[in-house]
Amino acid sequence: MKILIADDNVSDRLLLNKIISKQGHDVIEAENGKHAIDRYVKDCPDIILMDVLMPELNGKEAAKEIKRLAGEDLVPIIFLTSLIDAQSLADCLEAGGDDFLTKPYNHIILKAKIDAFVRMRKMHATLQKQRDTIVENNQHMLHEQHVAKAVFDNVAHSGCLDASNIKYMLSPLAVFNGDVLLAARKPSGGMHVFLGDFTGHGLPAAIGAMPMAEIFYGMTAKGFALRDILREINLKLKSILPIGFFCCAAVVDLSFTKRSISMWMGGVPDCYLISEEGKKLKSLRSHHLPLGVLSSEQFDDEMTEHSMEDGDRLFMWSDGIVEARDEKGEMFGEDRLQAIFKDNFAPDELFAAVQERVSVFVGESERDDDTTLIELMMVEESELDLSSLNMQQGTVKGPSDWKMDYELGVDSLKHFNPLPLLMHIMMEVPALRSMGGQLFTVVAELFSNAFEHGVLRLNSQLKSTPSGFAEYYQLRQQRLDELTEGYVKVSMLHSSESGSSGVFNLIIEDSGLGFDYQAKFTQDPDHVQIENKFSGRGIPLIYSLCHSLEYLGCGNKVRAEIHWPQKIDK
Amino acid sequence: MGVQSNIDTSGKELTIKVDGRFDFSAHQEFRDAYEGISADISNYVVDLGNTSYLDSSALGMLLLLRDHAGGDNANITISKCNDDVKKILTISNFEQLFTIQ
Repeated sequence: MKILIADDNVSDRLLLNKIISKQGHDVIEAENGKHAIDRYVKDCPDIILMDVLMPELNGKEAAKEIKRLAGEDLVPIIFLTSLIDAQSLADCLEAGGDDFLTKPYNHIILKAKIDAFVRMRKMHATLQKQRDTIVENNQHMLHEQHVAKAVFDNVAHSGCLDASNIKYMLSPLAVFNGDVLLAARKPSGGMHVFLGDFTGHGLPAAIGAMPMAEIFYGMTAKGFALRDILREINLKLKSILPIGFFCCAAVVDLSFTKRSISMWMGGVPDCYLISEEGKKLKSLRSHHLPLGVLSSEQFDDEMTEHSMEDGDRLFMWSDGIVEARDEKGEMFGEDRLQAIFKDNFAPDELFAAVQERVSVFVGESERDDDTTLIELMMVEESELDLSSLNMQQGTVKGPSDWKMDYELGVDSLKHFNPLPLLMHIMMEVPALRSMGGQLFTVVAELFSNAFEHGVLRLNSQLKSTPSGFAEYYQLRQQRLDELTEGYVKVSMLHSSESGSSGVFNLIIEDSGLGFDYQAKFTQDPDHVQIENKFSGRGIPLIYSLCHSLEYLGCGNKVRAEIHWPQKIDK
Repeated sequence: MGVQSNIDTSGKELTIKVDGRFDFSAHQEFRDAYEGISADISNYVVDLGNTSYLDSSALGMLLLLRDHAGGDNANITISKCNDDVKKILTISNFEQLFTIQ
């Protein structure tokens, strides 16, 4: 160690020099305070022993200046004094000294003190080095995150959030956001809007958001119904996220022509529907588990419909708003949120009012969650800029006039499920995609009727009692195993009128005996009465989904006709 | 403080009690409460009587416990929730996965 001794008394200096040199340290000397500062700057001693009373500049003043020059470095200063009253000694420490040593010097104490400061210096240096490493790593990480965020933003925020009927705020806790806002125009008109809140914040949450955004934008642009998109997202998240991680979401299918929204909410706080005058109409409550929790079989895509007049607004938020905390740790809470909507703000100012109130409430306290807020307004679709729509439609051009016949023999019927293939072919038609769920129901029901009642000749009346239900499926398996002949023929036919409307025909014929459909239908096949006369559960449902449904031949052939665009009143 | 657990005299029911804030800081303790415990446990009770607050990572931990306890076949009761805690569980519709009392 290099030790500086500052003392105006030559003999004292000499004595001290001798003791310390003997202990193995390098010694440099100064004869007053000013000189001590010069030597500090020039020679960078590790420890300084300083007399309190010196000419030119006294020890205390010199100590202050040296400490200032040292900045963050630790340069221990030990005052040398012959004063022994408590106040004088305390003054030494207050002036910036780290310790004091009273004259005459005691060798043992002097050595112990110097050793103690050597240890302290080493510790300080280690700490500084570690701190610098952490700062450097952190900067490196932040830099990487900013680059990754640019990629993330391009994927997650490529939609139509800038549409004139949307206001939104996304304030992430970390560089990456655990909250996600997605909005996309549908090729058929209308909009899909998605507010998601992943468990946790930052990178892990953002990683889950990437495939989700891809699915959302991709499937919306291709015209898929929101229910199908939700199913796909749920399946994806369930398969990629570790157990315990999920995404709470409020998802909206907004129809400008129907003046209504269809909502799916899982694990998010209540959303508010606000009238044109700025009054709260109703709270919409979450009825589902968050996305990524349930398997596809258990997932519930049920959506609720709400009508919206022009100028009505829908407010959605992540729990970061309601759970925002002030300095005392109290939460903003739903009461404060509700109060904003009773305060007679002009409807246009509500969004800013919510932002403002939350921000004032939180004040200087540290935020502990991402906060996201979005306002969605019902407007005339013509008021919106169409550019975002046209961009997305670029890829959408499918087959319009086509026909397909597909026949399944015994072996295929036993071992193959043709529904995904049939769905796939139908879904190539852009206009049919938004009707995917309904088409699936029609095809699935009619196919299973043809197969079970036609080919396998099972009587559906069996299913009317619980014991019969079990028997039915036992019999089904038995007949399936024994099946040696039979077929199901599926024909699909699609035609389109200049791309603005179209007709889809599905004909399914089976090798069964048919049934006396005329007796079952009475005269008017569209009449509601048929619901009671049919034992099959599926048929009334299919009636409600099709433009027309008719049985042909001996009842072993059925034709369903579906028109698009669909009439709104259906 | 934190997380306590005990098994009833039949050896089939494990009760896990969480005090104070149930958030990520309880993560390890909560897992330790049920991992590596006797395989005979068929019932789980999560006692939130002294839990003041629950965040989404706690919801995640409950899902982890559910997975450990057999997923869809798990038999888990979340008991003694105060109104705030109950509300968070309800918003997330956890009553579809757990028995909530």
